[in-house]
Amino acid sequence: MGIHILSICYLIASVTFILGLKMLSRPDSARKGNLVAAAGMAVGIFGTIFLYEQEIDGEKHHLRNLVLIFSALTIGTILGFISAKKIKMTAMPEMVSLFNGMGGACAMLISVIEFNHYLFTAMPAVGGVIFLTQELTTVSMIAIVAGLVIGSISFAGSIIAWGKLRGVIKDVSFKGQRNLNMFLLFVLISAVVLLVVKTPVTSGEIGGYTLPFTDGSNSAWAISSFHIYLFFGILALALVYGVMFVFPIGGADMPVVISLLNSFTGVAAACAGFMYNNQAMLTGGILVGAAGTLLTILMCKAMNRSLLNVIIGTWGGNAGAAAAGSSEQGHYKEITLSDAAMVMSYANKVMIVPGYGLAVAQAQHTCHELEKILEEKGVEVKYAIHPVAGRMPGHMNVLLAEADVNYEKLLEMEDANDEFKTCDVVLILGANDVVNPAAKKDPASPIYGMPILEVELAKTVIVNKRSMKPGYAGIENDLFFQPKTSMLFGDAKKVLQDIIAEIKSV
Amino acid sequence: MQSILDFFSLHIEIIYIVILSIFLGIEVIGRVPSVLHTPLMSGANAIHGVVVIGAIIVMGEAQPGNYIALVLGFLAVLLGTLNVVGGFVVTDRMLEMFKNKKKPQKPATPDAA
Repeated sequence: MGIHILSICYLIASVTFILGLKMLSRPDSARKGNLVAAAGMAVGIFGTIFLYEQEIDGEKHHLRNLVLIFSALTIGTILGFISAKKIKMTAMPEMVSLFNGMGGACAMLISVIEFNHYLFTAMPAVGGVIFLTQELTTVSMIAIVAGLVIGSISFAGSIIAWGKLRGVIKDVSFKGQRNLNMFLLFVLISAVVLLVVKTPVTSGEIGGYTLPFTDGSNSAWAISSFHIYLFFGILALALVYGVMFVFPIGGADMPVVISLLNSFTGVAAACAGFMYNNQAMLTGGILVGAAGTLLTILMCKAMNRSLLNVIIGTWGGNAGAAAAGSSEQGHYKEITLSDAAMVMSYANKVMIVPGYGLAVAQAQHTCHELEKILEEKGVEVKYAIHPVAGRMPGHMNVLLAEADVNYEKLLEMEDANDEFKTCDVVLILGANDVVNPAAKKDPASPIYGMPILEVELAKTVIVNKRSMKPGYAGIENDLFFQPKTSMLFGDAKKVLQDIIAEIKSV
Repeated sequence: MQSILDFFSLHIEIIYIVILSIFLGIEVIGRVPSVLHTPLMSGANAIHGVVVIGAIIVMGEAQPGNYIALVLGFLAVLLGTLNVVGGFVVTDRMLEMFKNKKKPQKPATPDAA
């Protein structure tokens, strides 16, 4: 009876995940969609706790260790709730990465425990061969190892991505890194194959009797100690690979990596679902795996790069050469605060281009204030949002929405590019690579081919940056040296506050 | 060869679920406007927290004397719960900001890039 109700619980959970994702992709239903998926998740989790049954010696038992399970659930809920509530909106990407890592770690641990479970119930080892009391088929082995490898890579990678976004971990790149990573991946895959295609155990001893397994058909009931070392070797290798995989990937590519790792965790969850023949985990995991992969590809396309290119990471290598080539740039000119305030308050139309600098300075509210004060003076203000501005696609939209900026004022790239020629002033706040004309003009540039915001079409361009340092991609930006461009150095929030003060005093 | 065929006939339902879910996953988010990319990624992130169900099962099946399984299982349930709860709460906070705003008359253009 209970087990049938549980199947229905899993069905409900699966349907809510699909509905939730569907609703999440529409602005008017997105919030409800999130709640629908959360409700389905709760049904799945509590259904499992109270209704799951396992057969031990022909008798059905409910889950054990309920006290421990509930303590872990409670602690996890409290910690998760508090950290998610307290985190600043600007730090959102790293939070998502961290939670993703937790999911990956969870999948990894499930595989370890499941493997340990076979060993724990096995008979004492004799002569390096361990006899199992439960059949460990090749298919189960594949599911366990796949969950282990994918979960570990996702966990280690997400933690490194989190550290990088926080600025705790720097980009690490060295000569031969690409080859080393390829080698690691090769060794990892070989080890997995070696473990899964277990060398058949040909003979073993039980109670002094030697049992010959001439055809190897009984190998699902036996495992050698070599395979146990191999299993934990694979775990260690997958963790190292996860770290090495994310190490060289530069900041501009971070959203792509997080999205990719997100879909990895989905696949790891699906592997665990396969292990337990659990439909909720299977559908949930595969849905996220597929949707996450598509999202990753969409992001790569927005930057006009292939996924392979992001992963192998040719970015760092070319950037040095490109930066060196354009070192004999002309002069840039600066603009004073009062001039900037003047130019903007007498413009007809101002387009604001936000970038990561805005997020770092937490200047979204001040930015909205500037927008309001300019509109009072009869200036039309809009925002041009590049698909990969910030550290995550849609990052800027979330930030500006937090500051109550009207949804309709945010233009996507194509629409913004149509409107730049009617703009008197473009104000760039901490964005760099997404407005670099090299992407259109210079085939040697590493970002060549990436669609950009064509801010040069406007009459005047004011660029707010903290310094002349190149942007995240590490390449120079011709835009800053053009005659119609003037620079306004300083922290975005501080500069905006000063401009507002100037406009008020005009 | 025989074992591969056996695998397919034994797990044919799961194979169907996997393939259909892949198409569904792609189809469901195929028309998402870029403004919702971050919340969607975050929401998907919470959904793969469903892996916590596996952690609960593995924890509940652990023999009382198997301390390794108990400790690791406890950790797995804890981390999985963090993923689920944190993921949904963060997503809700992001989407909270979109409420009470004037919605665009026409649905936002899909991310054609």
